[in-house]
Amino acid sequence: MDSVRYDRSAPAARVPLALKILIAGGFGAGKTTLVSALSEVRPLQTEEVLTGAGIGTDDISGVETKSTTTVAMDFGRITINEDLQVYLFGTPGQDRFWFLWDELAFGALGAVVLADTRRLADCFPSIDYLEQRGIPFVVGVNCFDGARRFSLENVRQALDLDPDVPLVLCDARDRQSGKLVLIALVEHVARQRGEPVPAG
Amino acid sequence: MRTESPGPPHEWLDDAAGPVVRPYTLTGGRVRSSVAGFDLVAYVLAEPDADPAAHPELQPEHRRLVELAGRPVAVAELAADLDLALGVVRVLLGDLLARGLVAVHQPPAAACLPDDDILKAVVSGLRAL
Repeated sequence: MDSVRYDRSAPAARVPLALKILIAGGFGAGKTTLVSALSEVRPLQTEEVLTGAGIGTDDISGVETKSTTTVAMDFGRITINEDLQVYLFGTPGQDRFWFLWDELAFGALGAVVLADTRRLADCFPSIDYLEQRGIPFVVGVNCFDGARRFSLENVRQALDLDPDVPLVLCDARDRQSGKLVLIALVEHVARQRGEPVPAG
Repeated sequence: MRTESPGPPHEWLDDAAGPVVRPYTLTGGRVRSSVAGFDLVAYVLAEPDADPAAHPELQPEHRRLVELAGRPVAVAELAADLDLALGVVRVLLGDLLARGLVAVHQPPAAACLPDDDILKAVVSGLRAL
């Protein structure tokens, strides 16, 4: 780990450790809003260019002729201390960009799945994906104005969540609220590793 | 062709029209980096003695990357800063790495991370926000 965190040849420039957290959920569930609320910098956007030539094909003639599309990914950053930064990546909402998830999920600490009770089924694919890959996650029920309020127990049943998956109410616009969701996730990750994180 | 000009001039191209360069023109059509890796959150750091001027074949975007990497910067942030697609930035970073102008610090594999102290630090850091 030291080789990752510190650059031995230039001790003055310390390379922090980056932790990656995914913000998943259906289209319009509040992913970008949550990233914005939590990020210390204006939310950044990066995009991946997709070509019809097919992924992994190193074929310039393909790039020349095939149509391209870009997938924007929102991300934000939280600096914990000089050695530790948390990156939040909003997952692409559209199903056809599933393959991008593999890259986003690679090495991720865990994920927050935002659920919108008006369209609860929209977050099923995210949950399926994370369960299949064994990525720890919590579900944040985004409380939109005017949305029907369900009891957490009903939501848990509707999502068919494992009993140990934390389910929390949140307001994706609110930094404090979003922060509590992230804390729930990190504590969940710690519990899965067998050692609870003490409060405080 | 790897010049800054996107090709023969057309009448309908002007400053107001904005860039019409295809994303991978910058990379000379290469869509894969010469080196594997460059995780989204890998940190890139310019070598202390990096001198991009010694490599005239490099694009302005290469030089900008070296400048930005004067302090450790994550790959995703570099792409956002340069407003270039991730795949393009990865190819350019591969060029810089091959010339010894930058070092890349890949994040550790998930299996060996994070230890409990790190998780505790994250929780207390988040609480302090």
